[in-house]
Amino acid sequence: MAAEPVASGAFAAALLDPALSVPDGLTKRAGDTNARRFAVYRNNVMVSLTDALASIFLTVQNLVGEEFFRAMARLYIRAHPPRSPLIFTYGGDFAAFISAFPPARDLPFLADTARLERLWLDSFHSTDSRSLDPAALAAIPPDDLGQLRFNAHPATRILRCGHAAATIVNRDRAGEPLTDVNPMQAEDALVTRPAFDVKVQLLPPGGYAFLKALLEQQTLAEACEAAFAETAKSDLAALLGIALSSGAFSGLDYVCANNGAEP
Amino acid sequence: MPNAAAVAHHTISATIPTLPARAGAGFKEQHADAILSDAYRIGFLEVHAENYMGDGGHPHRILTRMREDFPLSVHGVGLSIGSPAGLDLQHLARLKAVVDRYEPAMVSEHLAWSTHDNQFFNDLLPVPYDAETLARVCEHIDQVQDRLGRRILLENPSTYVAFEATTMGETDFIRAIANRTGCGLLLDINNVYVSATNHGYAALDYLADFPTKLVEEIHLAGHAEDQDDTGQPLLIDSHDRPVDSIVWDLYDHVLAATGPCPTLIEWDNDVPDWPILKREAELADAILARHDQTAGGLRHGG
Repeated sequence: MAAEPVASGAFAAALLDPALSVPDGLTKRAGDTNARRFAVYRNNVMVSLTDALASIFLTVQNLVGEEFFRAMARLYIRAHPPRSPLIFTYGGDFAAFISAFPPARDLPFLADTARLERLWLDSFHSTDSRSLDPAALAAIPPDDLGQLRFNAHPATRILRCGHAAATIVNRDRAGEPLTDVNPMQAEDALVTRPAFDVKVQLLPPGGYAFLKALLEQQTLAEACEAAFAETAKSDLAALLGIALSSGAFSGLDYVCANNGAEP
Repeated sequence: MPNAAAVAHHTISATIPTLPARAGAGFKEQHADAILSDAYRIGFLEVHAENYMGDGGHPHRILTRMREDFPLSVHGVGLSIGSPAGLDLQHLARLKAVVDRYEPAMVSEHLAWSTHDNQFFNDLLPVPYDAETLARVCEHIDQVQDRLGRRILLENPSTYVAFEATTMGETDFIRAIANRTGCGLLLDINNVYVSATNHGYAALDYLADFPTKLVEEIHLAGHAEDQDDTGQPLLIDSHDRPVDSIVWDLYDHVLAATGPCPTLIEWDNDVPDWPILKREAELADAILARHDQTAGGLRHGG
């Protein structure tokens, strides 16, 4: 009798590797090789994981078409099977796989699109939190503003893209045409989820450096310096407006000199 | 090692409702508004635990709302209780968090494995029925019930292959698990019919052997039909269509033994609009009502 294939790992190994034969240790009915029976498990695994990727990377699938997407997904799944039973966390390295996937070479914007869609779902499932009240800043003495630090909302993500991923994802998910989009236009994206709905927005010049500094708990003064270090085109009023009203932050980290209470 | 009686005692709590002996539906978020506004009140909702293991956002907002109006059953699909390796304690902690958060009327899992060597296959894979597997599965269920502080139900699988290592019948295996761990049973009648067809035995014989006294919930679902290498029917537990008429007949037969029992309609792929799913639930409700009368109003499992 062959080794029991669940404990030996032979069953698991054959699920994702079509080159392996049906594992030994399965009972055979007369004339049956178990090929079609074992194929049900192989198919269940592959189809469910491919469907999971398609539900996470909706726009990537729309860009390449279902057939291309599913063929690419199959290769990805074999090379990078999920490590967690939380299937909504799957695909963290799908973008890296796409950028090294020769048939996608003519679509250099595809990997950035995948990167942004992965962040979209991270944001969707993040911890709930209140959003910063834009009026909170008014309570802070002007001399203290530079030393102010912001607390990130748990659902906030930023992404620097060499391509127009934010426009592509927003247009595609709104059902709008992409015909006039230049996919090679670099974009910086801000992903927020102030209440429950995820929002992707393009950041203006300096915005990425500014928000990155604030998200890393640097002071407002340091964030302004970071923005200007990146580009002289930074519009500080506009950037501060985004920080206050986008829902990217949940509060201010400021201890009032007078009473020690949070504003 | 938890004591089965102590674990059972723990579930008796005034704050946790029981599932009614009515039809329930596998909850899909796209049905939320239709379910809430429907004059027909579904008996209960069941969710896959893993879909609510994220930290926040829409899923929890919606389920919290549904939980206000309907009894809830939490059905795990990722704990890999049949796994040759030990349980993933991090995943068990996540299940505990979902159970603590929603205080469901019922918690259930599968006699199956889905993880091997840190790879998750997103499918319910079969186990051999031998002494070694029995010991391991019981140990895992003890661990789960101990950690959750309550009993769980274990669901019978649908299978496409069987193992040379198997030394016990599936019903004996399941009965032994229930006896050793004190867990309850979830009888999936579609799984019974699928497995019986695939392995060439009679579903009625299986049901006659099954410890129906321990059944606290029933699952019904649709299956697809394929063929094995020899051209014999190979049924696939696809959850993508209405319940088959043979499965309805078996359901009627089971209720004659169990009396009215909470019954879930599962429809997980090609999910239809709510009215189609509701029609299946109403069919189950009608059969339950008939058995309620014959049972003289005695209720089982709630």
